[in-house]
Amino acid sequence: MDMKVNRRPSLPIQNQFSEQDQALITIIQSGLPITATPYADVGKALGMDESEVLSRLQRLNDSNVIKRLGVVVRHHELGYRSNGMIVWNIPDDAVAELGACMGQFDFVTLCYRRPRRLPEWPYNLFTMIHGQDRDDVLKNVQFLIQSCNMGEIDHEVLFSTRRFKQRGAIYRKTKTNKAVS
Amino acid sequence: MHRTNTITELNPQQQQLTELEQHLLNDFQHGLPLVPRPYQKIAEQLGTTEEVVVDTLNKLKQQGFVSRVGAVFRANSIGASTLAAMAVPENELEEVAAMISDYNEVNHNYRREHNFNLWFVVTASDEQALNSVLDDMEHRSGHAVMYLPMLEDYHIDLGFDLEFKADSELDSNQAKV
Repeated sequence: MDMKVNRRPSLPIQNQFSEQDQALITIIQSGLPITATPYADVGKALGMDESEVLSRLQRLNDSNVIKRLGVVVRHHELGYRSNGMIVWNIPDDAVAELGACMGQFDFVTLCYRRPRRLPEWPYNLFTMIHGQDRDDVLKNVQFLIQSCNMGEIDHEVLFSTRRFKQRGAIYRKTKTNKAVS
Repeated sequence: MHRTNTITELNPQQQQLTELEQHLLNDFQHGLPLVPRPYQKIAEQLGTTEEVVVDTLNKLKQQGFVSRVGAVFRANSIGASTLAAMAVPENELEEVAAMISDYNEVNHNYRREHNFNLWFVVTASDEQALNSVLDDMEHRSGHAVMYLPMLEDYHIDLGFDLEFKADSELDSNQAKV
């Protein structure tokens, strides 16, 4: 089998964080406690005082490591039952411009450039749109095509038909207590 | 105060929500105050008490409307993550999907209408750990995993507009249930 041939190029360079930042990120990635004093409560678990938690979060927020801090809703449970992943095959020299155009609309929940995997996968830009039903999603796709002048761009809409799993990302194993070197 | 909204544009799930719940769900998806008592501040904006805000958010979480209150991290700014896809024959899909969901490193796993019919997100502490999970998936399932890491993010994430009508469009005396 030739599954491994050149399929895994390096990821973008990651930020480096202090051990304290990493510990804080690890503990809050599944959510802050919903209490009157969430930052103090997180701090207690880490042996950090509240003001340190706040200043570290402020810094992560200002440096854009945190895209947003707040309520994360479940679309499906709120009636947004339809979820379309639209994949576009955009010429490389136009992808930044069209990505920025699509990424500005609030009905778009993700807008990422990803690598093509030729020959089976020619698409290099992915947008996610949640809607109350398929028509709702397709209307927004048409709106994007018109707004960003993408009539000539080859695309497909991949509707999800079943959700097997959904939860927040966990980047580090939290069950083991091994020292981080 | 806790009346049921009956605006017809709202879908059935949204119609169950009180006005306070709608505000909490829609207006605080970004900018959770970085102050010692964030819900006190939110309560002041909404004309209620900190205790009501905390209780309501906990209830919305229990009901499954809220997944969490917390941070959305920029992809690959911490750890390593990728979107991945597999083309799985129909008669194996159930089994392979369950196997993929079972990984602690997988947080989203969806069936989609395409020859590539299983789409999931894998996150790990670093690239090496990520690769070993993907290798393991291929080995155990017998199917290739198409690996599609994010290269650039064009989205300005302020959360998702739930399209609740603005207060001015509501008749505040219309307390139909």
